[in-house]
Amino acid sequence: MSIGLFYALVGGLLFALGVGGLILRPHLLSKILAFNILGSGAFLVLVGLGQRDGTPDPVPQAMVLTGIVVAVAATALALALARRLLDLSGDMVLPGEKAADEAEAGDQEAAPGDGPRGGA
Amino acid sequence: MMTMVFDPASWLILLPLAWATLAFVLGAGRGARLALVGLGAQALLALELARRVRDQGAHAHALGGWPAPLGIELAVDGLAVVMLLMTALVALPLGLYARAYFGAKPKGGAWFWPLSGFLIAALNALFLSADLFNLYVTLELLGLAAVGLTAAAGDRMAVAAALRYLLATLLGSGAYLFGVALIYGTYGTVSLAALAPLISAEPAVLLALALMVIGMLLKTALFPLHFWLPPAHGGAVSPVSALLSALVIKASFYLLLRLWFGVFEPVATVGAAQLIGILGAGAILWGSLLALLQTRLKMLVAYSTVAQVGYLFLVFPLATGVSPEAGVSAWQGGIMQALAHALAKAAMFAAAGAMIVATGRDEIVGLSGVGARLPLTLFTFALAGVTLMGLPPSGGFSAKWLLLMAALDSGQWWWIVVMMLGGLLSAAYVFKVLRQAFLPAPGGSAVGRAPRALELTALALALGGILLGLFGAQPLALLEAGGGR
Repeated sequence: MSIGLFYALVGGLLFALGVGGLILRPHLLSKILAFNILGSGAFLVLVGLGQRDGTPDPVPQAMVLTGIVVAVAATALALALARRLLDLSGDMVLPGEKAADEAEAGDQEAAPGDGPRGGA
Repeated sequence: MMTMVFDPASWLILLPLAWATLAFVLGAGRGARLALVGLGAQALLALELARRVRDQGAHAHALGGWPAPLGIELAVDGLAVVMLLMTALVALPLGLYARAYFGAKPKGGAWFWPLSGFLIAALNALFLSADLFNLYVTLELLGLAAVGLTAAAGDRMAVAAALRYLLATLLGSGAYLFGVALIYGTYGTVSLAALAPLISAEPAVLLALALMVIGMLLKTALFPLHFWLPPAHGGAVSPVSALLSALVIKASFYLLLRLWFGVFEPVATVGAAQLIGILGAGAILWGSLLALLQTRLKMLVAYSTVAQVGYLFLVFPLATGVSPEAGVSAWQGGIMQALAHALAKAAMFAAAGAMIVATGRDEIVGLSGVGARLPLTLFTFALAGVTLMGLPPSGGFSAKWLLLMAALDSGQWWWIVVMMLGGLLSAAYVFKVLRQAFLPAPGGSAVGRAPRALELTALALALGGILLGLFGAQPLALLEAGGGR
């Protein structure tokens, strides 16, 4: 197995973990962390698969730098919104999702579909 | 060459970026006049670019004179220019609308101008992008600006809706970025033009395509991935709802069209296209049904967007693996649907906003008496409804007619049944609003007035949806002259 492929597989694993966390963990901080993990997974694939015969390729490195800037901006916005939600509702959980303390017991989400006010 | 001297393409990105930044520096609530001048100039630039594409065909523009591998190239073709025109011509009346709206109801408007400027710059940049990574960056910029606008209403529901929207949009673009990483790892390039001859059905490429498609379906809110859309579009302030529903969801749809019928055409299968079509059909029926069941006006209009998004996705089964005539008809129908929905949904949210300003609440039962006090706005709502239902002579009719022709030509009658049912259901939810508005106002409750500018700009958008049906040949000719498939 080449080192590039190894990085890519680890990246894929991180990405899958991140997606799982983003969907399944109800606490907003967990979701924001999960988003950062899935982003790191994608970055790792980009630089890992991007290298040719062990020499790094500068183009994906530049892309990852751009990607990191985007991820930082998105994280900052998410944190600001989460804090605002905490101020307004006293909770770091989106309405319709289970409260944080119940989350460890079982991982079913609120029925996917129609948001807090949907369904008649 | 003319393009060396002045190319409207780069100005279409720079101009909104410039006025948005200036509006931000001016401070909260300022910058409306600046934005309107910018939006006016943008409409002229888009028209000039369309004229060039019509006369000279597609062209590429290297930003700052740096060609592709090192610099960023913009690609101007028929599809891109049609979407740029759509953005410019919807954003200008909406800008006028927003100025009047925040004049009457300043809540939630503090940072509307800078954020909507960034949103429009991101949209224009996305439509002009020529490589997968640039598309990723513009998608993210668009998502962040849209989420900021959603949160601007400031109440608990709006902030929660914005967060849900942000997480969904980040997940969507994350999946897309992972696909980009796989493509770069396989071929060593992200340029759409360079990738087109290389793509073959390797496992990594198929995985990349699947991830990119799922990411874009989530961002376009195709059933059953639409959970984030109604609270975000229905909970935002009205000018924002209109921008989001009319323009923002079209960006990820456009990207999907580019990928599916462009670089990835050799590996896109009929089975996958049928599956997307089935989701589209689900969206049409489920979205329309839920629209009918809503009690809040803006939630009804938001669910109508869920349904109308379904029609957009019928282009995939109708144009994949069929005869060339059916393919062209479906392709034109899909783009016509995007344009018609942009105009009609902007008009409908604008009209709903005017009704809410007048009645003071966002409830369908509270609309009694609107017919007598705001006849023009009710007429606007009905006209937009005509386009959404697909009645002649509207743009919605042309779109559905072209899609119907494609379904007949390719022998896929089941999509016709879905479109017919969807049309009936949309008639039902539009009439639900009209019926309530025509009832006399109950004693004691007074329907106020809405500023004239709100009513007139909404009407202009709704008329645009009808005119699109009468002059629909123009954008279609532009599509053909500039290529784009």
